[in-house]
Amino acid sequence: MSYIGIIITFVFINNFILTQFLGLCPFIGVSRKTDSAVGMGFAVIFVMSMASLATWAVYRLILVPLNIEYLQTISFILIIAALVQLVEMVIIKISPPLYKALGIYLPLITTNCAVLGIALIGVRSNYNALESFVAGVAAGLGFLLAIVVMSTIRERLDREWVPKPFRGVPIAFITAGLMALAFMAFDKALLKNLLG
Amino acid sequence: MLFNEFTKGIFKENPIFIILLGLCPTLAVSTQVVNALGMGAGVIFVLLGSEIFVSLLKDFIPERIRIPAFIVIIASFVTIVDLVMQAYAPSLSKSLGVFVQLIVVNCIILGRAEAFASKRKLGESLLDALGMGVGFTLGLLLISAIREILGAGTITLFAVGSFDGVIRIPGLASQPARVLALAPGALLVIGFLKALFNWLEMRKQSREAWAVAASAPSEGGTS
Repeated sequence: MSYIGIIITFVFINNFILTQFLGLCPFIGVSRKTDSAVGMGFAVIFVMSMASLATWAVYRLILVPLNIEYLQTISFILIIAALVQLVEMVIIKISPPLYKALGIYLPLITTNCAVLGIALIGVRSNYNALESFVAGVAAGLGFLLAIVVMSTIRERLDREWVPKPFRGVPIAFITAGLMALAFMAFDKALLKNLLG
Repeated sequence: MLFNEFTKGIFKENPIFIILLGLCPTLAVSTQVVNALGMGAGVIFVLLGSEIFVSLLKDFIPERIRIPAFIVIIASFVTIVDLVMQAYAPSLSKSLGVFVQLIVVNCIILGRAEAFASKRKLGESLLDALGMGVGFTLGLLLISAIREILGAGTITLFAVGSFDGVIRIPGLASQPARVLALAPGALLVIGFLKALFNWLEMRKQSREAWAVAASAPSEGGTS
């Protein structure tokens, strides 16, 4: 598959949040305010692209030659945990306000299924190094797109009257459901029409 | 009361509906009832195994590296589940796909290991794990039953003998509301279910407030 195909697939057709349901916890948790949503989105893009590259390297250069592919779950999660620690240190140094805004969700990227998900999907799809990296960036972009759109909608919803039982999380899920409905317009046919 | 440790995971602290943990697998695999059963079994096994190990090892694991240590314990049990499922239930393993391995990042498991098993005795942790696992499975079953019955008009269970494992509901099976079986349906169903649980909770609270006001009229405000 071409690189443009991978990008379109992971941003629109297989959007991680709206069609694959990967990374829902931060999607619901950090989408109250647009600026923290943007910060979270970029943190996820960074972690996902690094993680998919690092896990590709470990899988192809260590696990496959030694015939210990069954260790992929354990090794991938440890790599991701280490990477998230690194990103956390970098953000504390560069932008304390951003660190404050992301709060507890930064360590939670470790247990963000989206990051482990892209690593496992990359291995299952037999991507090469560059393809895994591109897939990681694209899946992160899809996450950013979804969480930013969601946060702008939620900021408006805060000013609207919502029945009491629906306030907060339930209405957020229903909004996400409607967004997913809109994203169903992107399917494999789109890829065919665009790339021939 | 030990029994409370078991039941609280099913009702009062249901991981899916009340504390909203472990949502990604919940939504992704809830297209068929059989997937919910398989996923639930996997999660119960991993929860039990990791809570037992964390609870036994809690005095030996240094405070600073406890999270990575917990993750390694959990990942080991997830690997066991993944390999066993591939060997003995290949079709289930295929339809759950990457989500079997993703049990490792299911927040329920790390959350319980960190919040409960690392502080309590073995027996309590065991019951807590069972309760949380059963609560998760029941929540998953409820969502997948709603989605499959309304979205496809069927209930898919295990195939036994001449029974192919699929119960077709007359009327619904020919004209289902397919959107519920697709991705948006999952988000809509959990949104409405969560609203329902919020409403039940609010109704209970206002009834309790009434009961308190009625039993102590002198303290009950005029508001």
